[in-house]
Amino acid sequence: MEHIGIEPGRLQFSWISSAEATKFVDVARIVTDAIRALGPNTHFAKKLPKVA
Amino acid sequence: MIEYNQKIREIAARLLKEGKVDMVIGFRKGTMPMMNEPCFIKKPEQANLLVWDSHCGINLANYLYDRKEKIGVVAKGCDSRNIVTHIVENKIRREQVYIIGVPCTGMADKRRIALLTQKDGEIREVSEEKGRITVKGDKFNKIFEKGEVLQDNCSTCLHRNPVIHDEMVAEPVPEQTGIDPFKDVRETEKLPPEEKRVFFKNLVADCIRCYACRNACPLCYCPTCFVDEARPQWVGKSVDPTDTMTFHFLRAYHCAGRCTDCGACERACPVGIRVRQFTKKLNKDCLELFNWKAGLTLDERPPLDTYKPQDPNDFIR
Repeated sequence: MEHIGIEPGRLQFSWISSAEATKFVDVARIVTDAIRALGPNTHFAKKLPKVA
Repeated sequence: MIEYNQKIREIAARLLKEGKVDMVIGFRKGTMPMMNEPCFIKKPEQANLLVWDSHCGINLANYLYDRKEKIGVVAKGCDSRNIVTHIVENKIRREQVYIIGVPCTGMADKRRIALLTQKDGEIREVSEEKGRITVKGDKFNKIFEKGEVLQDNCSTCLHRNPVIHDEMVAEPVPEQTGIDPFKDVRETEKLPPEEKRVFFKNLVADCIRCYACRNACPLCYCPTCFVDEARPQWVGKSVDPTDTMTFHFLRAYHCAGRCTDCGACERACPVGIRVRQFTKKLNKDCLELFNWKAGLTLDERPPLDTYKPQDPNDFIR
């Protein structure tokens, strides 16, 4: 995906077991922080026509 | 090439006469120059329809699966690798195919030839002798060295000889050496993210979503392709740049670890999109991460359907 121009860090992968609640919290925090730093996704998002 | 013709016809007629196969899939002259078409030969006396020259770029592995009869197939290097992929993926049994192997020195790029003769007028006739291709029109006559007008994938091909065969048409040809098939991918990899995005955006800008690339591809055999599915609808059907890009990279992902870089997609594209820029990146990754090239052996499962403890997983947090 990064090869076709998605910003590095926009797409993230994680493997979390249902027993790893603390890991889930940590990962969610890290991911949201990273994405917030990147800002809203402007590319590769379909713009729907505005209908009145 | 003429001697190939004779040999292919002989083998096809013999196989049909002896009842070893019910049908031979090969090429016959197309109705337009440089456009040979696949043909299904079912009677020995039809075998002289078969031809072989530098315009047999279509991948015949695409016509093999979901059939009941025993099939003889004329296969160059890339076709044979796709047949291996079909056998590994249980689309056809090894016993069901009789592979007539053709050592290949590459296929001519009809677009490049047409471009080089654009000013001279329409091409009426094409002939070939000793590695030279002669193109004739109403008012011109041009000769090209075959090496100069090869399809892009053929010029970087490292498997010209069939990897499996039941019979060979001729002695194997020497394989090309000292070639980096991924030179263009490396160039793209060096670009910063924004330029990569623009590169691929421009690459698919002309796409009309005709799906010719998918239809020409021997890997694309799903009964319902993800682009045709309506419930759920995985991808929009419009030519919106996002939809088009989604189609292209998803199709490439479906071919990951299976693509043999046969060039059928690029050859089929009516607007000349270099579709292989997507699949080649994945081929390169498969080679670097899993030391894998598709369709070389019947004994190994492809990387995406096997688990090995040493598989790279740094991307998972």
